[in-house]
Amino acid sequence: MGGEHYLPLTPDDREKMLEAIGAASVEELFSDIPQKLRLDKLLQLPPPLSEPEAYKHISSLAGKNISLNDMPSFLGGGVYDHFVPAIIKHITGRSEFYTSYTPYQPEISQGVLQAIFEYQTMLCMLTGMDVANASMYDGGTAVAEAAIMGCGATRRSKVLVSRSVSPFYRHVMESYFRSRGLPLEEIPLRDGQTDLAAMEKAIDSDVAAVVLQQPNFFGLVEELTGVSDLVHEHKAVLVAAVDPLSLPLLKAPVEYGVDIAVGEGQGLGVPPTFGGPLLGFIAAREKFIRQMPGRIAGETVDVEGNRAYVLTLQTREQHIRREKAASNICSNEALVALAASVYMAALGPAGMREVAELCLQKSAYAREKITTIKGYDLLFDGSYFKEFPLSVPGDPAKINEELIRHGIIGGLDLSSYYPELDPAMLVAVTENRSREEIDRFVSELEGWK
Amino acid sequence: MRKEKALIFELGRSGRKGYSLPPCDVPVKELDELIPHKMKRQLSLDLPELSEVEVIRHYTELSTRNFGVDTGFYPLGSCTMKYNPKINEETAALPGFTRLHPCQPESTVQGALELLYNTEQLLKEVTGMDRVTLQPAAGAHGELTGLMVIQAYHRTRGDHKRNKVLIPLSAHGTNPATVSMAGYEVIQVPSDARGLVDLEALRAAVDETTAALMLTNPSTLGLFEEDILEIAEIIHQAGGLLYYDGANLNAIMGYTRPGDMGFDVVHLNIHKTFSTPHGGGGPGSGPVGVKDRLASYLPVPVVEHYGGRFVLNYDLPDSIGKIHSFYGNFGVVVKAYTYLRMMGAEGLKQVSADAVLNANYLMNLLKKTFNLPYDRICKHEFVLSARPEKKKGAGAGDIAKALLDKGFHPPTVYFPLIVEEALMIEPTETETKETLDAFAAAMEDIAAAIEEDAGRVAAGPHTTVVGRLDEVRAARNPVLRWRESQDQ
Amino acid sequence: MMKYKVLESYYYTEKHEWAKSDNGEAVVGLTDYAQDKLGEIVFVELPEVGDDVAAGKSAAVVESVKAVSDLYSPLSGTVTEVNEELLDQPELINKEPYGAGWIFKLEVKDEGEFKNLMEKAAYEEFIIKEEEE
Repeated sequence: MGGEHYLPLTPDDREKMLEAIGAASVEELFSDIPQKLRLDKLLQLPPPLSEPEAYKHISSLAGKNISLNDMPSFLGGGVYDHFVPAIIKHITGRSEFYTSYTPYQPEISQGVLQAIFEYQTMLCMLTGMDVANASMYDGGTAVAEAAIMGCGATRRSKVLVSRSVSPFYRHVMESYFRSRGLPLEEIPLRDGQTDLAAMEKAIDSDVAAVVLQQPNFFGLVEELTGVSDLVHEHKAVLVAAVDPLSLPLLKAPVEYGVDIAVGEGQGLGVPPTFGGPLLGFIAAREKFIRQMPGRIAGETVDVEGNRAYVLTLQTREQHIRREKAASNICSNEALVALAASVYMAALGPAGMREVAELCLQKSAYAREKITTIKGYDLLFDGSYFKEFPLSVPGDPAKINEELIRHGIIGGLDLSSYYPELDPAMLVAVTENRSREEIDRFVSELEGWK
Repeated sequence: MRKEKALIFELGRSGRKGYSLPPCDVPVKELDELIPHKMKRQLSLDLPELSEVEVIRHYTELSTRNFGVDTGFYPLGSCTMKYNPKINEETAALPGFTRLHPCQPESTVQGALELLYNTEQLLKEVTGMDRVTLQPAAGAHGELTGLMVIQAYHRTRGDHKRNKVLIPLSAHGTNPATVSMAGYEVIQVPSDARGLVDLEALRAAVDETTAALMLTNPSTLGLFEEDILEIAEIIHQAGGLLYYDGANLNAIMGYTRPGDMGFDVVHLNIHKTFSTPHGGGGPGSGPVGVKDRLASYLPVPVVEHYGGRFVLNYDLPDSIGKIHSFYGNFGVVVKAYTYLRMMGAEGLKQVSADAVLNANYLMNLLKKTFNLPYDRICKHEFVLSARPEKKKGAGAGDIAKALLDKGFHPPTVYFPLIVEEALMIEPTETETKETLDAFAAAMEDIAAAIEEDAGRVAAGPHTTVVGRLDEVRAARNPVLRWRESQDQ
Repeated sequence: MMKYKVLESYYYTEKHEWAKSDNGEAVVGLTDYAQDKLGEIVFVELPEVGDDVAAGKSAAVVESVKAVSDLYSPLSGTVTEVNEELLDQPELINKEPYGAGWIFKLEVKDEGEFKNLMEKAAYEEFIIKEEEE
C-alpha cells in the first residue's frame, strides 16, 4: 500500500479504536453510504510509488521541459524572469509558515498576521495607496475584482477597460462580468495606448470604473494626464493595473489619481512556475475599504496592551456576510505574499530601484539593437519600461521555434491577442538578461530567414 | 511568554543592503532620455533598509510566533489539516517546473503538460467525473468556475429563467458568496432533525427557476447525506444541476464518488484532500470536474493528448472563457500529483478509512464530556455544541483559547451556523491514537476548569506570545498599515 | 425585573428597532435588547438623506466584529437626517441606544403605520418570550 509513512495508525490501534467506538469493522463506519453507491472495487489508479520512485518519475517530467535555467528568455506579458534572492525560499520554507491555515486564531498566528500587515504596508508604500489586502489569486482575478469593487462603490454596473490592458486580465474580467451579467466595454487603442478621446466619449453616468494598465501590456508608459479628472468628474472609479517593479521609477498610482491599484506581484521574488502560484494584489484609497475583497490584517492590542495583529473588517467576507459578501474569496496566495515581502525587505528602496533601472537600461539597449535590423520595427512610439512590441518579418511562432533551436526562448507571439498587429512579438528584457544574451538574441533574429 | 515583536520598518538602518545585483553591462542612457520627467515618481519610497541577516532573523522570529501542522495537532474542522509530505515540496521546487514561463512554446513544456494531463486523469477517477480543469486557484474559485459552467449550460439551452441556486443552511460561507458572484439568487434549504437536507423542504423549494443545488457531502456536520440519490432525482427532474463542494472529500475516497452519486459538477480542494500545504492562507488549488455533457463549457485551455504530444486546446466555442491568467496554481498541482502517485488506490482508501476512524474515535471520547447534537456515525469530522459550557461562562471561543494553552490548534468554532456554540473537529488520518487521546484529555481538563472557574478560562489564553486580542478596537479604528509617525 | 431598558412613548418592532414620533418626523434606532444581543457595534452603514425607505425593509446595516445585521425601518418615509456621529463612534448605539445612538430620522409617509408597532408593555412581553426560546 502506498503512503503508509503518512498513516500512523497500526492494525492494533485500529482494533482498539473500533472497540472503543463499538464498531465491528471500519466498513461499519461507512454504513451510512447507501450500498448502491459504494465502490465494489478499488479506484483504477496507477500503482503507488515509493518516495525515490516518485521523485525520479516527477523529475523526469520536469526534465522534459526546457526551463529558463536552460535558455535565456525574452518572454514577459505579466510573468517575468526576474531575480529571486536565495533567502526567500528559506523563509517561505519555514514550515511554521507554510503548514499553517488562515490565521483564525491570532494568538498563535502572529507570525503570518504580522507578515501580512507588513506586506500590506509595503504595497501601500509602493503604490501610495492607503490600504491593501492580503492577496488575490493573480493579476487577472485582482483586476476583475477591483472592477467589481468599483461597481459596489458606485452602485453602477458598467465597466470600461482599455484594450491596452493585458489580454490575460481582460479574458478573466470577461468571464467574471459575463457570469454576473455586468456590461464590460473595451476602449480601443490609439498608437498602442488607451484612446483617451474614445474613452471620453464612452464614459457616462452609468460607468462604475475605468480600468487601465501602466505600463500597459506593450510596455508603454501611457500618457495619463487628465484621465483621473475625467473619471472622477463622472463619479467613476479609476483602476490601474501596475507592475510593482516599475514603481520605484514611475509615478506611483496615487500621483495620477488612481483609486484602486492592482496587478501581478510575481516579479517580487516569485518564480514563474508555469503561471502559478502568482500574486494578485489590490491596494486602494481608504474610502474603498468596505468594498475590498479578501483578508485584511489590522493592528490592535492584547489584554495586556501588547501590540499585536488580527484579521479585521471580516464582516466584508464570505464566512460572515455570506451571499452579501464583497467577494467569495477565502484561500488566497498568502505564502506568495510572504515571498514578496521578504523580497521587498531584502532589496529595500535602493535595490528595487536598481532592478527597475537595470530592466529599463537593458530593454532600451535591446530595443535599439533589434530595431536596427531590417524587418524588425518598434510598433509604437513612446516611453517603454521593460518590454516592447515589434513587428517581425514572418510568423512569430516560427521565429520562436528557430530561436529555441539556437538556445533562446524568444518573445511573446501577439497574433492571437492582437490579430490586428500580426505578425508581432512582445519582447521583455529583465535584469536577469546579460548583454551577451541580448547580443546573441539580436544576432539570431538578424539571421532569421 | 508575552513578547511584542518589532515591525520590519522599525529595524535596519539607512544605507544597509540585503541583496546582490550585477552591475549594468549595457551602455547606460540618461534616465530622462528613457522616462520623461513628468512620468517619474516624486513620492519617496520608504521601504526598510536591512542587511540579509536582519531580514532572515526578522522572518525567522515571526515564524516562531506561528503554529502549523508541523508544530502540532490542528483539528480545524472542514480544513483537512493533514500532514504535508516533504517530498511534495521537493518535486514542486524542481527548476524544470518553477523556472517555466507560461507562454513558452508547447514543445518546451511537454513535461508540465503531461503532469497536468496525468493529474486530470487521476482526479477523474477519484471523483467519477469525465473532465477536470485545474485552472481554479482555490476552492472558492472552483465554486465560481463550476457555477459559471452550470450557467453556460442553461444559457446555451436557451433556459434563461433559472436564476436561483439552492444551498443548505449548513453550507460553507463561500457557497452563498459564490452564488451571488455568479449573479444568482440564494435559496436556503433547511436541515431536518438528523442534520441532513430536509427532503420535503427541498421539494418545496425546487422549481423551473432552480439552476442548481450546491451540496457538501459529507456535510459540514460530518454526516453523509444518505438521501443523496433522491436529492439528485429531485434536482434533475426539475431541470437543475447538482454541484458538489469537495471540501470534505477526504472522508470518502475509494468508498464512493460524487460522480456516482449524481453530481454534475465537482470542485476539489487540493490543499485539503491531497496534502498540499495551506501556506498561512494560500496558495490553494480548486480543480473542477464535470460530466461529459458539461465538458464543452470548461475554461480554456484544456490539456489534450494527440499523437504523442500534449497540447493546450483553446478551441472550445462554448467555454466560459478564462478564470485565471494562465493555468491555475501549477506548483500546487505538482504537489498533489506527487501525493496521488505515492498513495495509489489502496493508500487513498486507507486515508479515508483512517480519517473516519480517527473522527469517530475522538467523537466517542469527547461525547462523554461534551454535548454532541447529532449523535450518529460521523465521517471525517463532527460538531460539538459548547452551549452548556457557555451557560457556565465559557463558550466555544473560550474553549478554543484554552486549547492554545494546551499546545493544540483549536477546532473551527461557531461554524456550522446550525449548531449553537459549535466546535467542529476534524482530526484527519495523519494523527496518532496517542495524539487523539491527549487532545481528548485536554478537552476534559478544560471542561473541568470551566466547572471550577469559567472566568479564568474565558480570560485565556495565558501562555501564548500575545494574550487575547481586542478585535473590537481593530474593527472600530482600523490600523491597516504601519506609518512612520504612528509609534513615535 | 426587566433586564433590558424599554421606554415609554417609543414604538417597537419585532426585529428590535424603535421609532419615536417627533413633529411629523420619526427618529429610528435599535433597542437596548438589540444592542445587547449584537454585542459591541463596530460599524454602521447609514442610509442617505433623501432615500425612500419602506416599513419592514432594510434601511441600514449594523456590524459587530463577527456579525452583520440589517436594520429594518419601522415605518415608511423619506430619510431626512442620519446620525453621522455613528461613523466615528458606532459604540453610541451600545451606550445610548435610545438617545445619542439614534440612527436616522424620516419624514413619515403614513402616521397610521405607528399602529402596527408595539408599545412598551407589548414589547417587553415580546422580548421575555424571545428570551425564553
